[in-house]
Amino acid sequence: MMVWINAIVQGLLLGGLYALFSCGLSLMFGVMRFVNLAHGDFAVLSAYVAYVLVEHLGGTPLWTFAIVIPASALVGFMLQRLLLDRALIGGELSPLLVTFGLSILIENLLQQGFGANNESLFVGSLSYDSWKINNSIYLGRLQVIVFGIAVLLIASLQLFLSRSRPGRNMRATADNRRAASLSGVNERRVRATATAIALATVAVGGLFLAMRTSFTPTSGSNDLIFAFEAVIIGGLGNLWGTLLGGLILGVAQTVGSQINPADGILAGHLVFLAILAYRPQGIIASRYAVS
Amino acid sequence: MSTTRPESFASVRRYSASSLGGLGVAGAVLVVLALLPSLVGESIVNRLTQLFALLILAVGWNLLAGYGGMVSIGQQAFLGLSSYAVLYLSLHGVLAWWGVPLAILFAGLVSVPISFLAFRLRGSFFAIGTWVIADVCLLVVAQIETLGGGAGASLNDLNGYDPTTVDNVTYWVGLAIVAATLAGCALLLRSRLGLALVSIRDDERAAEATGVNVARTKRIVYVLSAAICAGAGALLILENLEVQPDSTFSVQYSAFMIFMVLVGGIGTFEGPIVGAIVFFALQQWLASYGVWYLIILGAVAVIVTLWLPKGIWGTIDPNNRRSLVPLRHRVRLLQKADSQHQREVIQSP
Repeated sequence: MMVWINAIVQGLLLGGLYALFSCGLSLMFGVMRFVNLAHGDFAVLSAYVAYVLVEHLGGTPLWTFAIVIPASALVGFMLQRLLLDRALIGGELSPLLVTFGLSILIENLLQQGFGANNESLFVGSLSYDSWKINNSIYLGRLQVIVFGIAVLLIASLQLFLSRSRPGRNMRATADNRRAASLSGVNERRVRATATAIALATVAVGGLFLAMRTSFTPTSGSNDLIFAFEAVIIGGLGNLWGTLLGGLILGVAQTVGSQINPADGILAGHLVFLAILAYRPQGIIASRYAVS
Repeated sequence: MSTTRPESFASVRRYSASSLGGLGVAGAVLVVLALLPSLVGESIVNRLTQLFALLILAVGWNLLAGYGGMVSIGQQAFLGLSSYAVLYLSLHGVLAWWGVPLAILFAGLVSVPISFLAFRLRGSFFAIGTWVIADVCLLVVAQIETLGGGAGASLNDLNGYDPTTVDNVTYWVGLAIVAATLAGCALLLRSRLGLALVSIRDDERAAEATGVNVARTKRIVYVLSAAICAGAGALLILENLEVQPDSTFSVQYSAFMIFMVLVGGIGTFEGPIVGAIVFFALQQWLASYGVWYLIILGAVAVIVTLWLPKGIWGTIDPNNRRSLVPLRHRVRLLQKADSQHQREVIQSP
């Protein structure tokens, strides 16, 4: 019995991380109506940047947040200005194809630079310290911290969207692009801001993931799929839904692994497909994505 | 009798000089390719078989994305399922060559229930949804121990035959699938269904409003495209004589398909053929550079999408006037007052 409770608790902690990954995806989709297929690869890219920084300058990977997050946001801003704005003119398929091309590009550049080895960011005793709840449940300190930060980040993002002026502009653009533009919203700036925020959050997710487990040049594909599943399970257009989706996906994976160690990811996929079959609008209903 | 029958205003022509020429050249190329194994060495035959597999994949993906408007990054699901179907049948006494049509049929049938799930999603979400489905196929197949599990298995069926014969038969199987795929696509696009498809590509809502059954048409295209990809999958296991879940279900195949179709010209009949040849040449040329060729692939995909969105064929033939295949309806309006004065209205897929 305790094993299962443990699996669920660990799944919830993992789910927080997935939610962290997904909120950027959700934000960009809301504003621009396409999924950034290189989303996961940007997470992995930021992990490699942190890895190189620590390798050369030493210290704990924790300080690299201060460089990687703003750098990633800047990359997002440039990405939007230089490539994605142009892709959006080309219709529905173009942004998908451009970001898929970017995904291949990033994965193979990393492969060329670092080889296919598993890497990890080691954060000292934080990597293995844990709080003991009872004999079969231990809460990893890092895991709990990641979960806390994920919830905090999603809450502040939600607050930003509902309270601040740029946030409201973003929601207005998501609701009705033309009407927002007519009322004076600078659409180009909104798009660049959304992508910058998305890449900043994905960098946070990438670094934490790299601290929790290992990463390879191609692990971004899985990260994208998990982020996407969390978004669909939770229901689009609502960041709390995304958090819920992440938690459900995390629990599905850890419980699946508990049943058979090789089946974790499969269990997550099956829960996603079941949601798709029976509740395609997601747990918290959405207006987009579903026919 | 009325003198204003519609027929007196217009006539429809389907063939043009370029399309008749194109068909002639295609026929000649087919004959030459069929005779080729007796003329050239084994290594060329094997390379051409690889080109056939790429060509089939490109045509299948173009049908789905270029004409059906459905960008999938999960077509490798059908490629892998069909490879494994050939393997499974060979383990149960069906000679691998005969397994090919059965494997294609199997993948086509499997794609029907999958389509109901995938069609819940649109646009970007459809793309990743199909990817998840392909990943599910990978994870499930990798657990079937009788098919070799995660390590894969080899196809031992054809060991008793002379290796040159095996290579040549595989080549002819490939050529037959290519010919059937291209002819089938041309006939499909000429048909009423093709017209419906083109109208959906151009504007889904307008098509629906004019009475096209959008959902049904898309489903037919999805299933056909799955069967085409399955043709490539069956060919690839014959060519490699082994199959591994990680490589046959690899998303890299989607990258190849997208690259070929984009570079060649999405939504044109000739585009994927051009794209497959370009990709094949690039692959031969850059093979020794390892991952650099994938890096170039990604970069070219980005550049072509942004700065050459019509691809090579679309740039050569921007108004679809030089089509090599008779797919179009050209309506000639014969004006009554002056029958010398004719206008041509072109509807082109």
